[in-house]
Order: sequence, then C-alpha cells, then structure tokens
Amino acid sequence: MDEQGGAQPEGEREIGTRAVELATALVVLAFSALLIVDSVRLGFGWAADGPEPGFYPFYVGLFMAAAALVIVGQQLVAATDPPFVKASELRRVLAMLVPSLVYVGAIYVLGLYVASALFLLAFMMWQGRYSLLKSLPVALGIPVATFLLFDVWFQVPLPKGPLEAFLGF
Amino acid sequence: MIENLANLIGGFAIALTAQNLLLMMIGILLGVLIGVLPGLGGANGVAILLPLTFTMSPTSAIIMLSCIYWGALFGGAITSVLFNIPGEPWSVATTFDGYPMAQQGKAAEALTAAFTSSFVGALAATIMITFLAPVVAGFALRFGPPEFFAVQLLTFCSFVGMNRGKVAKAIVAMMLGFGLASVGLDTVSGQLRMTFGSTELLRGFDFLIAVIGLFGIGEILVSMEEGLAFKGVKARISPVVVLKTWALLPRYWFTSLRAILIGCWMGVTPGGATPASFMSYGVARRISKNGDKFGTGQIEGVVAPETAAHAAGTAALLPMLTLGIPGSPTAAVLLGGLLIWGLQPGPLLFVEQKEFIWGLIASIYLGNIVGLLIVLTTVPWWAAILRIPFSIIAPVIIVVCAIGAYSVHNALFDVVLMMAFGVIGYVFRKLGYPLAPMVLALVLGDMAEAAFRQSMLMSQGSLGIFFSNPLVGSIVALALVLLFWPLIGALRERMRGAPAAPVATKG
Repeated sequence: MDEQGGAQPEGEREIGTRAVELATALVVLAFSALLIVDSVRLGFGWAADGPEPGFYPFYVGLFMAAAALVIVGQQLVAATDPPFVKASELRRVLAMLVPSLVYVGAIYVLGLYVASALFLLAFMMWQGRYSLLKSLPVALGIPVATFLLFDVWFQVPLPKGPLEAFLGF
Repeated sequence: MIENLANLIGGFAIALTAQNLLLMMIGILLGVLIGVLPGLGGANGVAILLPLTFTMSPTSAIIMLSCIYWGALFGGAITSVLFNIPGEPWSVATTFDGYPMAQQGKAAEALTAAFTSSFVGALAATIMITFLAPVVAGFALRFGPPEFFAVQLLTFCSFVGMNRGKVAKAIVAMMLGFGLASVGLDTVSGQLRMTFGSTELLRGFDFLIAVIGLFGIGEILVSMEEGLAFKGVKARISPVVVLKTWALLPRYWFTSLRAILIGCWMGVTPGGATPASFMSYGVARRISKNGDKFGTGQIEGVVAPETAAHAAGTAALLPMLTLGIPGSPTAAVLLGGLLIWGLQPGPLLFVEQKEFIWGLIASIYLGNIVGLLIVLTTVPWWAAILRIPFSIIAPVIIVVCAIGAYSVHNALFDVVLMMAFGVIGYVFRKLGYPLAPMVLALVLGDMAEAAFRQSMLMSQGSLGIFFSNPLVGSIVALALVLLFWPLIGALRERMRGAPAAPVATKG
C-alpha cells in the first residue's frame, strides 16, 4: 500500500500538514506578541531589587517567537506535505467536538446535570443509533449518580439550572 | 539505615488504618479503570480526582492518588495485550509482544507476566526510594534558591534535549507553558500580568485544567479519527496459569534487572514511564538471544517494558519528594497536589512531615501488592467494560472530564478552557509538539520564576550567582549541555556529510 504524493486512491479530500503547521505557528506568534506587549507595559528590565514583573514573560515570549519562526522556516523549505487529516477523519472528530462544545455551552444555561443528560441522550441516539428507550437509563442514570456522589456525598456543588431551581435545590 | 527502617515501620502503621486501606483499594480500582479507558490517562485521571481529595488529610489523599497511579500502570497493560490498544502511553511497547501472545492463545500468560513484571519493577524502585530518599533529601538541605533554580533549569533543558529533531516544537511547548503560568497575579510585585482586564483570567491557568484538556479531551479527539471499535481477545486468568508463568519468569532475571535499572534511571532523571518502557524494550531486543523473535510473542518482550515502566513511574516520586522535581507528567500532577495541600517538597518534608512521607512510602509497598492481586483476579471485568460501545463511553468520559475541570475552582470558565486545551492537545499531538514540556512548565513555571528572582535578590542582580559554587555551577553546566546536545548531535551528523546515505530497502 503506497501513496505517491498527489495520487490519492480514494480521491478523498485532505488538509495538508503544512497549512496546519503554519497556522499553529502563527497563533503561537500571536500569543508571544501578547506576552511581549504586556511585558513592555510592566517593564522588562532590572529594577533596584531584581527583575521587573515583565522580565520573565518578555523573554518567554521572545524565545517562543524565535522557535515559532524556526518552525515557519522549516515548513517553507519542507519538501513534502503529508496529510494532516482526511475529510472522513475530520468529520468523526468534529462529530465529537461540536456536540461537546454545545454541551459546555448548555451547562451555563441548564446546569450540569440536565446538560449532561441531554448530551448523553443525544450522543447515544445520534451516534450510537440507540432508541430513546435504551438511551434513557444511561442518560438519566449518570447524572443522578453524579448528583448523589457530588452534591450529596462529597458536598461539592455542581452548576445547576432552572430545573433544579424549580425542584427546590 | 536503622532509622529509615524504623520510620518505614511507622509508615506501615499509618498506611494500615482502615480508612487508608479502603482508599488504597478504591484508588487502585479507579486507577485500573483509568488505565484501561482511553481518554482517561494516569496524569489526567489523577488531575480529575485531585480536587475531591481536598476534604481528606494530605496523607490519605496522596495514598489514594498514588494508588490511582499504580493502578493505571497495571491497567494499561490489559488493553495492550487483549486489544492491541495501549491504554496508556507507557503501555505501547507492551503491545509489540503482548498482543501476538494473546493472538496465540497465551493471553493469560502475557497478562500475568506483565502484571508480575510491573510489580517487580515497582518493588525495586520502592526499595530504592526507601533507602535513597532520605539521603537525597539530606543532600538537598544544602540547596538554596540558586541550586533549586539550577535543578529546575536542568529539568527543563533535559526535556527539550530529549526531543531530538523536534527542538523548536519542544521549546514552543515549554514557553507556552511558562507563558500561561505567568498569566494572573504576580505575587512578588502585586501586578496583574496578561489579564487584559478580564476577571476570569485573574486566577491564571491551572495546570490541572490543562492536563485534563490536553491529555483527556485531546486523546479522545485523536482516537475519534479511527472511529474506535474494540474487538479483542478473551482472557481468563486461572491460578494454574499464574503459577506456571511465575515458574517461567525467573529465567529472565537479567532482563528484569536491566529493566529495573533503566526504569529507575528514567524515573529519577526526568523522563518517565513512557521513554523507560521503549528504551527497555529496545535494549532487551538488541541484547537478548531471542532478540530477532521480538514482535512475534516473546514473553521477554513483555517483561522488559512493563518492569521498566512501573519502575520509572515509582522512581519518579523520588525527585518529586526530595527536590520538587517531577520525574514524569503524572508525578508533576502529584507535585501540584502537594503544593495545593500546602506541603513544600524538599528536605524539610522529610524532617517535618515524617508521617506523610513514610505513610506514603509504606502505602507504595502495600498498594502494589494489593494492586497485583486485584488485577490478576479482575481481568475479565475490565475486558467487558471495553466492549461497551464507544458511543456510550465517549460522552461519559467527556462528562467526567467536565466535572473534574469544574471542581478545581468551582468555575465554569475552566470547563471552557478545558475544551480549548483539548483542541490544542489534538493539534499538538498530530503535529508532533511534545506535551510533557508544556505541563512541566505550567507546574514548575511559578516556582522556577520565584527561585530565579530570589537568587537575583541574593546576588543583587548578578547572574554570576549561578556559577558561584561547584554544585550550582556543575548543575547549570550540565543543563546547558543537555539543552544544546541535540544541536551538537545534528551538527556532527551534518559534518560527517550525507553522501547519499543509502537506505537498504528490503522488499
């Protein structure tokens, strides 16, 4: 099974590594710019009793930028551009990532327990293709168990939403 | 020496209380579960459960957390052997010979060999800790801020130097960790750094959130590419098989000894269980008489990596307790725990907190014995768990991670951060950015900066303090050598010329 650069037997779309490497390096450069800018505000030289607060982040930012530029250089002269991720793989990853992000957002509005129940339910029914009846035990069981474990036993309150308020918690 | 043994016996008295024994068993069971499930790794699992231990005494807490670590060290082998899927990074090498053995119907032998080797490695490392730790701690009493900074510098440089061929990425990862560590309140000057007016960022970035995101969410995202489906070999360990395998193992005592040495070395000098397992496998393959049969199901190929990995994982506690230098990512999380509980690692810990230290060391002995027994008897259950479809396990793991991230500071923002770190973890893993330097920098960054500034205060701003005495000077020199080693190596290779290095292609 060999892959010549360019000839993809399945004809599947891919994202090249070079693009991702460059994008990542750019983000790193942006972060180092943030570090340097704030360090300049704080002062990055020597005060009377040692380094100023900005000294440390300034050089961290500097080293980071230098290393990121090296990576950019490496990528620009690179001979090959192996695939970073295939379309099918990316689809599967996004199928996990996007619902998780929605879940986190839902926690803000609905509280952790309700959000978790809906997340589990949705995931099992959509990805696992289980029927509503089969998904409910897990989708309800886990949040209830978690509630008993955390709110009751460990006394660690987890974020709650309108439903719990309605039930009087 | 006698004093150490007396302390150890005292430690057993602490470890053998009902509460601590219970926590030990819970820890081991959780650890094996974590070791078996993808997405919940040793470092990550300990990070999630750390906040739950706030209500316990530090001694009980560290007993449970370290038992989770031992459980994970044992558990990673189960999926490696039965499913050819390493449950932990340090079990990858175990798949090379473990899974072929399972395919040949020798799964029980492979698992017994793996667990027993782990136990032997851990035991050896624990004995080393028992006798060496007080010595190192005594030695560390001579350390002042410059020496501590030098040792931390050594750690950072060796982490960079370990990544030959990826030096730029290792530096980026590490600097990123330092940068994130410096966000928030600067305790020395009272100034706010890089918060840009946001109250959420006032707290700074917690290494626990980063670990859960990078190692947990990131791992799941990477696994999703393949669309995981666990199909594995069935195994049931009967006592007969155990005894027969135990009769076989002494034949490989030399391999074990070598693996123990490699493991202890890699645990004490920052490296960890993962590099230890690979190195041990590679060395064993080169030296052994059956070397060329490695990969086809040689029991020696299971003994070597498992002994080394577990020895390294245990040995990593030595520098963590005595010098505050974590020898592995999981030890880094445990170190963070120590700091949270208000315990300062280092020589004073051995003097002022004898109960804690020796209770912990005694629990390592006990934990490994209990762990071995538990793991030998419960293999079928773990295998069954993995047959639960991924569409159920994956979201459950995400929920667990979210709860873990939230419970650190009771801040929902941390859960959002966790997801961000998860994406970073996914991209970094695929691009080959090493994650360990970043975690290390996040945990040690503040300490290293503090040590640096204190040293500068002592020397009135002169960098010469780092060369002011032979101890500091030699450590710093070693650090610089380790940092530039890969560059020197690359230059030498290039100078030897690359006259079309012909790679012999075998069919």
